[in-house]
Amino acid sequence: MVLINPESASSSPPKLSTQPLLSIRNVAKSFGRNPVLRDISLQVAEGEFLTVLGESGSGKTTLLRIIAGFETADSGEIWMEAQRLDALPPYHRRVNTVFQHYALFPHLTVEENVGYGLKVAKLPKEQSVSRVEQALAMVKMTAYAEFKPGKISGGQQQRVALARALVNRPRLLLLDEPLSALDANLRRQMQVELKSLQREVGIAFVFVTHDQEEAMVMSDRIALLRRGELEQVASPREIYSHPATAYAAQFIGHTNLLTAEVSRGIARCKSLSWPVKLPDGVALFSLRPENIRVAAGNTDSDRIGFRGKVIWQAFHGATELLQIECIDGLLLSMRTASGQNSRGNLLLEFSPEDAIPVRKSQEAEKGL
Amino acid sequence: MFSRAYRTAITLPPLVWVLVFLLIPYALLFCFSFWSVSPAQSIVHSWTFDNYRELLRVNVYLQTLFRSMWIAARVMLFSLLLGYPLAYYLSFHAGRRKDLFYQLVIIPLWVSYLVRAYAWKTILGSDGVLNTLLQYVHLTQHPLDFLLYSPFAVVLTLTHIYTPFAFLPIYASLEHIPPQLVEASQDLGASPFQTFWRVILPLSIPGVVAGATFSFVLSLGDFLAPLLLGGPSGIMISNIVVSLFGAAYNWPLGAAISFCMMVLVVALLFMSEKLEKKWSFR
Repeated sequence: MVLINPESASSSPPKLSTQPLLSIRNVAKSFGRNPVLRDISLQVAEGEFLTVLGESGSGKTTLLRIIAGFETADSGEIWMEAQRLDALPPYHRRVNTVFQHYALFPHLTVEENVGYGLKVAKLPKEQSVSRVEQALAMVKMTAYAEFKPGKISGGQQQRVALARALVNRPRLLLLDEPLSALDANLRRQMQVELKSLQREVGIAFVFVTHDQEEAMVMSDRIALLRRGELEQVASPREIYSHPATAYAAQFIGHTNLLTAEVSRGIARCKSLSWPVKLPDGVALFSLRPENIRVAAGNTDSDRIGFRGKVIWQAFHGATELLQIECIDGLLLSMRTASGQNSRGNLLLEFSPEDAIPVRKSQEAEKGL
Repeated sequence: MFSRAYRTAITLPPLVWVLVFLLIPYALLFCFSFWSVSPAQSIVHSWTFDNYRELLRVNVYLQTLFRSMWIAARVMLFSLLLGYPLAYYLSFHAGRRKDLFYQLVIIPLWVSYLVRAYAWKTILGSDGVLNTLLQYVHLTQHPLDFLLYSPFAVVLTLTHIYTPFAFLPIYASLEHIPPQLVEASQDLGASPFQTFWRVILPLSIPGVVAGATFSFVLSLGDFLAPLLLGGPSGIMISNIVVSLFGAAYNWPLGAAISFCMMVLVVALLFMSEKLEKKWSFR
C-alpha cells in the first residue's frame, strides 16, 4: 500500500494525551420541537479511529453532518485545534466525508471523481495526476480509472469514495455508515481493510455505524449515542468489560441485568447475593453470560454458587447461549463452549467482581 | 399471461388513434405535396416535384423559414435564460415556498394562449400601457412603433408563453439530482459556484435539452403570435402555410412546406433525444 500522508503515518495506537484534533463542545440540535442532540461534548485525537455508535434516530448522522458543515448546531462549538470549525462553510473545512451511498458523481469517471477535490483546489496538473494515481493504487482501483461509477460494483464504489476523500489529505475523515450497503462477507473484509488503511494513512476517522460488532472490530474508542445523548465514551474493551450504563451493557454484547437491593455491603437479587462495595439502596448490575460458569466442583469461597435449570439453548457456532431458570424463577443467560452438552439441572457460579454496577439509563430499559 | 382478446382490446385504441390522427393525415399531406393545382382551381392528382422546386426557387419561402428559425432560436435562448434560474431557485433555495412558486409558474398555462397574446397587444400598442407610461414619465415624446407589429413583439410574446415549457423539464432534472452530490461537492472543497458549474449544470443538461427543444419547436410552428403581433416584418413560415391552405388556395405547395417543416422538426427531436441520452447517467 502507498502512504498518503507519510509524516503522520504510524502503526502504534494514537496517543490521547496531547491536544485533541477535534473538540466538540456542548453541541445541541433540534429539528423543530424534536431534540436530536443534547449537550454533546466529545474529543477526537490525532490519528484516532473513533466510532459513533447508536441506533437509528440516536442523532449520530446529525452529529457527523454538523462536523462536516451540512447542518448548523443550535448551540455549542466545534474546534479543530486552534480553529473554530462551526463558523466555516463545508468547503473551507479540512474535513472530508465518505457518504452512506458514496455520492459519486455519475457524470465523471472514477479518476475524475477522485481528482475532483484537487481540481477545485486548482492544484497543478502533474501533482494532481500523481496523487490521483497513488490514491487509486491505495484502494486497488487503478484498473477502473476510466469507468463511470454506474459501471462498477458497490464495493468498488466504496473504495472510490474513500480514495476521493483521502486524496485531499484531510485532517479528519468522516464516514457515514459506509459499509451498510455491502453484503456481510464483503463488509467484514472491508472492515479489516478500512482499519489497516486508517493506521497506514494516520488520519483521524470518525466512523458512524449502528452495528456494534463493526464498532468493536474497528475502533480505538466508541462513543455510544442514545437519543441524542452520549451514554459512554471508551475503548471497546473498556465499554464491554465496564459498561457505564444499563443501555451500554445491553447494546454492546449480550448481558444479564440484575436489579439488586444493597444493604451493608451485600447485594441481593432474589436468591442470589454477593458482596459489593456500594452504599445501601437499589443498584443495577450487568453480568455477562460468559461470566456464569458451570461450577468446577471444588468450592472456591470467592465465587457465588447457585442452582439453575437449562430451559432453552441456542447454538452460535463456537459457543452456545443457554437460558437458565433459577429455583426462584430468575431467568439468566449464560454462554458455554459448544459441545459441553449442558442440560437439566446445573450447579453454576460467578465471581462477584464480574457483576458490574451500571447506571440506570434515563428511560425504562427494554428486557428488564 | 394475458388472453388474446384482452391484448387486442388494449392495443386497439392507440392503434386507431395513431392511424386516424397521425398516419392518414401525414400520408395525405405527403401525397398533396406531389400534386398540383389546375388553373381552374382544382387539385390535379398527377405526381410532380414542382412544389419542392417552387419552394427553393421563390426567395420568400426560404427567407421566411430562416426568419422563423431565428425567432425560434431567440425564444429558445430567452426561455432558457429565464427558465433555468427560476428552476434553480425553486429547486435549491425556495424552501417551503417551493410549491407556491411552482403553481405560480404553472397557472399561466391554464390561461388561453389567445388571451395572453392579446394582453401583449394592449401592452405594446401605440396607445398601449407601455407607450402611455413611457410618455407619461417623459422618457419618450412619441409612441415607440417598433414595440408592436415586429419580430420583437413576436419573440417577447412567445418567450412569455413558452418559458414554462422550458422551465418544467429543467426543474424536473434539477429535482432529480441527489442532494448528497451537492453536499459531496462542497465537502471536497468546491465553492457554490464551482458546484453549480461542475455538478449541477452537467447533471441538468437532459432537462436543458428537453426545454430547449420544446421552446424551439413550439415557437417554430407558431402562427398566432406573428399573426396578431408580428406585422409584415414578423411573418413566420406557418402564416405562409395558413394562407396557402386558405386564401391562396394552393394546398399542394402548403403541403410541401409543411412536409419540409415536419422533417426538420423530426430531425431536431431525434438529435435532442440523442443528446439527452448522452447526458443521462441513470
